[in-house]
Amino acid sequence: MYTQALNARDASDERSEDAALLAAFQARVDAEEKIEPNDWMPEAYRKTLVRQISQHAHSEIVGMLPEGNWITRAPTLKRKAALLAKVQDEGGHGLYLYSAAETLGVSREELTEQLLSSKAKYSSIFNYPTLTWADIGAIGWLVDGAAIMNQIPLCRCSFGPYSRAMIRVCKEESFHQRQGYELLLEMCRSSEEQKEMVQDALNRWWWPSLMMFGPSDTDSKHSAQSMAWKIKRFTNDELRQKFVDATVPQAHYLGLTLPDPDLKFNEDTGHWEYGEIDWEEFARVVAGNGPCNRERLAARRKAFDEGAWVREAALAYAEKRRNRREAARIAAE
Amino acid sequence: MTTTDRTADLFAYTLRLADDAAILGQRLGEWCGHAPTLEEDIGLANIALDHIGQARALYTYAGEVEGEGRDEDQLCFLRPERQFNNCLLVEQPNGDFAETILRQFFFSAFMLPLWRELKASKDETLAAIAAKAEKEAAYHLRHSAEWTIRLGDGTTESHERAQAAVDHLWPYTGELFEVDGVVERLAAAGIAVDPASLRDEWHATLREVLDEATLRLPPDGWFQTGGRSGRHSESFGHLLSEMQYMQRAWPGLRW
Repeated sequence: MYTQALNARDASDERSEDAALLAAFQARVDAEEKIEPNDWMPEAYRKTLVRQISQHAHSEIVGMLPEGNWITRAPTLKRKAALLAKVQDEGGHGLYLYSAAETLGVSREELTEQLLSSKAKYSSIFNYPTLTWADIGAIGWLVDGAAIMNQIPLCRCSFGPYSRAMIRVCKEESFHQRQGYELLLEMCRSSEEQKEMVQDALNRWWWPSLMMFGPSDTDSKHSAQSMAWKIKRFTNDELRQKFVDATVPQAHYLGLTLPDPDLKFNEDTGHWEYGEIDWEEFARVVAGNGPCNRERLAARRKAFDEGAWVREAALAYAEKRRNRREAARIAAE
Repeated sequence: MTTTDRTADLFAYTLRLADDAAILGQRLGEWCGHAPTLEEDIGLANIALDHIGQARALYTYAGEVEGEGRDEDQLCFLRPERQFNNCLLVEQPNGDFAETILRQFFFSAFMLPLWRELKASKDETLAAIAAKAEKEAAYHLRHSAEWTIRLGDGTTESHERAQAAVDHLWPYTGELFEVDGVVERLAAAGIAVDPASLRDEWHATLREVLDEATLRLPPDGWFQTGGRSGRHSESFGHLLSEMQYMQRAWPGLRW
């Protein structure tokens, strides 16, 4: 998920680096070779990846909160089990991605600190609340669906650890997406009342899902370098269009109406044309003023603070055990 | 004894096991996204998932035994608190991480031998459920025992918290060994496990782990009771209102 980080760039990436090394690096990327952690890489490439991978990891972790909000209230045991498994998968993706970021020389502790101090971003979508059970289906269908559009090209990302992580993550996300859709299908078929609940969820999640792809290409100045480095393979608008084209027929199959009066199918291009995204809302949510930004960070900080004594205990115990082993070894000699 | 009595006993026994699993799974699910480490967020969700899986199999079987057409969800989401017969231990609020870990440790140290013995039950369905649950309980016990040791023998603060959790939860452990007519009759018939036969092993597990954790058991005193006959803690009704909210608010719909 969550490649909005690609739209920012460091000011320091124009530092003078050996031209020959740079040329050799670009040649490898152009030849579709994977760059591995110990290979030479431009500093800006490393920084871009750290930012992108860590934002992706943070999104997985923060994303556990809106879904976790419904674990205790899932309507059936089967749905509760599926949701527990899904949220567990998201946590696993987070672990995987933090490990991929660590291969670039930055620790999970540093990255966590950046999240908790609001220096690092996570996907704007998780700053919206899950108000009804249908929202759990909508997240699976739309949010994981949008994430898959973003992430399938990342399976071919030039950085080896990230591309390999994405292959596994995409398989699980695609399962989540089908599961979310099936949940909504069951609701839409069960009763009119439930279908209304699903329609309401779609109304609230549709536009934020489109925003997940980041600013439109005319406003996204920084993707050219990421494209040249083969971190990014498609522009924001290309990916957004793929998502709309795939999703609109799925909404119609559920018997739902997309909350966009300008939506229409263009026979000539074969694409669904959609209305203008509210970029002011997007900017507002990214800047920290979405409906749940404060709650999400507060929840992460609370878990971190309240867990400090547990992490300290684990370290202290490991240290004691090491010392005892060492003492036993010396005594035996 | 009549077939009806045997059916009623088997239904009651299976339902207790199901309620224990469902309620502990529900409590563990509350942790999701709020655990002390990412690994533990995943670990607790995983243990919750195992318990929900056990509850599903047990409720489904209880419904079959009862023969009145109630499925797993009707049994879990449409009974009021006085009809739940889980032990008081599993419904205790999560508290801090030490309380959650000790609650799991006391429970899993009991359930591992129980599932192992229940594999030999003359009731084939219970035996099959037990065979799967035994493997899960072994993992739950290992996980909670390792954390008990880390917390007990970690820092001064973690030791104090772990000891407080032991002291707080201890009075709820006596109920695990209670025997009533249902258990007595089914154990005699080779269907249920007599919990008294598990007491030595349970105590040995506790002694071994708590010794290593530098924690001590409180002297035996008054043990709380009531869960098996539907007399629960005040907090339990709140757990049910949350868990049953959807089925109560929109009855009779498919989800």
